[in-house]
Amino acid sequence: MTEPFEMVVGLEVHAQLKTETKLFCACPNDGFGAPPNSRVCPVCTGQPGALPVLNRKAVELAFKAALALNGKLAHKSIFARKNYFYPDLPKAYQISQYDEPFCLGGEVLLRLKDGKTKTVQLARIHMEEDAGKLLHAVGSQTLNHSLVDFNRGGVPLIEIVSQPEIFSSEEAYAYLTSLKEILQYAQVSSCDMEKGEMRCDANISLRPKGREKFGTRAEIKNLNSFKNVKDALEYEFLRQSDILSSGGKIIQETRLWNGKETVSMRSKEEAHDYRYFPDPDLVPIDLSPEWIKKLKSEIPELPQARRERFVSEYHLSPYEAEVLTASQAVSDYFIQVLKLPGAQNNAGVLAKLIMNIPDFSPIPEKQMASLTHLCAQKTITLNQAKELYPEIRESKKDPKVLVEEKGLAQVLDEKILRDWVKEALAANPQAISDVKGGKKQAAGALVGAVMKLSKGKANPALVNKLIFEGIDKA
Amino acid sequence: MKNIISLSASKIAEEVSSGNLKAEEVVQAHLERIKTEDPKVRAFITVLEENALAAAREIDSKRSHGKKLGKLAGVPVAVKDNILVEGVETTCASKILKGFKAPYDATITQKLKKEDAVIIGKTNLDEFAMGSSNENSAFFKTKNPWNLETVPGGSSGGSAAAVAARMAPLSLASDTGGSIRQPASFCGLVGVKPTYGAVSRYGLIAFASSLDQIGPMARSVEDAALLLSSIAGHDPKDSTSAPQAQNRFSGKPLENVRGLKIGIPREYFAEGLDPEVRKSVWNAVDYLKTLGAEVKDVTLPHTSYAVATYYIIAPSEAASNLARFDGVRYGYRAQNIKSLSELYEKSRGEGFGPEVKRRIMLGTYALSSGYYDAYYNRAQKARTLIARDFENVFKEVDFLATPTAPSVAFKFGEKSADPVAMYLSDIFTIPSNLAGNASLSIPCGLNKDHLPIGLQLIAPAFEDEKLLALAATVEKAVNFPQLN
Repeated sequence: MTEPFEMVVGLEVHAQLKTETKLFCACPNDGFGAPPNSRVCPVCTGQPGALPVLNRKAVELAFKAALALNGKLAHKSIFARKNYFYPDLPKAYQISQYDEPFCLGGEVLLRLKDGKTKTVQLARIHMEEDAGKLLHAVGSQTLNHSLVDFNRGGVPLIEIVSQPEIFSSEEAYAYLTSLKEILQYAQVSSCDMEKGEMRCDANISLRPKGREKFGTRAEIKNLNSFKNVKDALEYEFLRQSDILSSGGKIIQETRLWNGKETVSMRSKEEAHDYRYFPDPDLVPIDLSPEWIKKLKSEIPELPQARRERFVSEYHLSPYEAEVLTASQAVSDYFIQVLKLPGAQNNAGVLAKLIMNIPDFSPIPEKQMASLTHLCAQKTITLNQAKELYPEIRESKKDPKVLVEEKGLAQVLDEKILRDWVKEALAANPQAISDVKGGKKQAAGALVGAVMKLSKGKANPALVNKLIFEGIDKA
Repeated sequence: MKNIISLSASKIAEEVSSGNLKAEEVVQAHLERIKTEDPKVRAFITVLEENALAAAREIDSKRSHGKKLGKLAGVPVAVKDNILVEGVETTCASKILKGFKAPYDATITQKLKKEDAVIIGKTNLDEFAMGSSNENSAFFKTKNPWNLETVPGGSSGGSAAAVAARMAPLSLASDTGGSIRQPASFCGLVGVKPTYGAVSRYGLIAFASSLDQIGPMARSVEDAALLLSSIAGHDPKDSTSAPQAQNRFSGKPLENVRGLKIGIPREYFAEGLDPEVRKSVWNAVDYLKTLGAEVKDVTLPHTSYAVATYYIIAPSEAASNLARFDGVRYGYRAQNIKSLSELYEKSRGEGFGPEVKRRIMLGTYALSSGYYDAYYNRAQKARTLIARDFENVFKEVDFLATPTAPSVAFKFGEKSADPVAMYLSDIFTIPSNLAGNASLSIPCGLNKDHLPIGLQLIAPAFEDEKLLALAATVEKAVNFPQLN
């Protein structure tokens, strides 16, 4: 390779809005997995004479996405028709937005692996309806014709278009992670990629490092997981840099990711002329300041703000804040439990408790507060709490009662502990001389022996202290 | 009471409601009339004999059970074949929709049913409402009942001919550039293009969505008002239907014409206007003057751009609206297809007629990248100027009076070879669609060949009630001789 290249990437993300009904008709927006064509009506199958009526809830969710992403809402926005023929597109045009989208600008804060952050600007966000789905096989049986399912047709989407400010596959991954988190927190979209609720197209070009001018780009379609995006960008980087290094030229085209490589789908010359024009069946969306104010007030705390607050208000470590806020449900739960007596002022313990439990799923908040209290008081250890957790969930008992019943409370009484220490020391003379000889880690065996004698109930910190005292005296 | 087919719709509704007439008798009488007249006139694509009789019997039984009947009790209504009636074939007079059964009722169809009207049949039109003579129907040509050698006008020629020949007292039609008013003028009827947004378009197969408006055709203003009252009003299923849309129109003459200002836009009386049409229109205007109206010479300076503007906007919208007829889900599908593009090309190529194809190509071109600004965008700007002309002139006058068409009904074949000559027959009706205001055509006389002449009256948007009242005033004076 003669010169090192840098990739320049812009991402177009489609997110499905979490509405009850479709964008322009009253069909339920729950067609995933439902029998084919069971969520359809004259409007979303493009019957002659049928007309679209805009779903206000969809507009509200789209606006919330814009507000959550710091975009600028347009005072007036209009729907346009994107005209092209395809059997999954029943009207032969998609109702979308073109030169007057509802949101311009916006930003996404990326958190990178090295702890650095970076802001990627958005070009725009617009609303559009989804197309249907073509089936070329039923089960394992291929067909000599295609079938079309319109359940997904007319489902509300927003398309979020980033500026070409993403310079590596890691940044692309981080961008998608942050974006998904924000959309989920704002309750705009579930972003379940397996259900196709979040989809991504990537525009990628290469340029020699340090150069400003963009190269010719390729658009990669069909990226239905974050990993696909990363893999496809890495593949495409190699493909384009091979061409450029050997003096070739990149052609502007649309390429498809097939899981292993990108393959050409159509060139610029074959690109559709979509003949966009304002949809005469719909009226412009006008926004009022009161409406926007109301929507703003309905947006829950967003992940970045929450992370920062967890550090500043609850004194969690940035790592703990990160882990807890990875799920809105878990961080909401965390906040709720902290309001209860027992857990109050014990945010650090509660955080460790939640993080310590594998595949955490919540128990009633009151129980969790009680468990936090037990750990904070050192009545039980975090490890004991972890082991006890499944039983708390099943028995539905107050953890305090359960700890008493099982006699799990830690032994803190130094008199009892000293007897166990004495017994352990007597049984392990070799360990004593090892410690005395400078091998301090040999004390571990002594602590272990005490823990065994106490059936795990001895307080490990106290035991440690008493063992060294005992060795000194020995 | 024997001559049922000569009764007005208002009279029929009254007699059926009071029990003096049975809806079944009314429908039977009109079906018989269709049997004798339609083989000559050919207004109907589908006659709904069984459905209509069944509906009539149901209305009669409803009444016999003491239930109050609707505004159109037992009144047969002929419906243009681009409006959906559930379960009934709706073709748009196109091969591409031959055999297509409507899967749902248009909003206005539901309203008709609710008012106890009887849909007696579906009427012929220029294919997809594109035309001014009915010669573009893919099936057959409807003839003008006044003279079978002349066209009934278009695109709603079937709806006009059906009412003029007394095969139905009322008909519904759609008007995108004059498709109600011009055939009303040619067939001696009252034809109303209500304000854009006054009547729901849900279930009307779209030609040009921003211009299409459904309206009534009748032999009297009162009947037109009755039908309009039954179909107008806001519809949540149509985003362009107006929240302020009214649904009560009396169709009674104005009580006082004195002081009313009638504008005569000079651009509508220019060269090329048939002298007999001019004379007849002026007679009507002069009559209003004698009643005390003030007649003013006014100008709508952008009128000359209207036809060109229309022939960019309407085809652009049509090209997109008609794209759904692709052979995939319904309608005509070409056979022995080997690829997807062949399915589209052949189904559409074989399914659409020449005028529809011409307009799809015009519209596709006007919206193409690189041409959009020069055509579609410019046309939108011109449309704004044309609408502003009306706004300005309505600061000076209450109504405008013009000829509906430059001529009376012309002969078959006279204009069909020259699309531009045909387009110009809508020159006076198109501006009102572009502006979205209210307009209608009312007969104002006959020419020497005994062919009807239409007067067009135009009012500001949502002044439909006043417009009908003015029309009723003119109607009284003209005393137009309806066809026997």
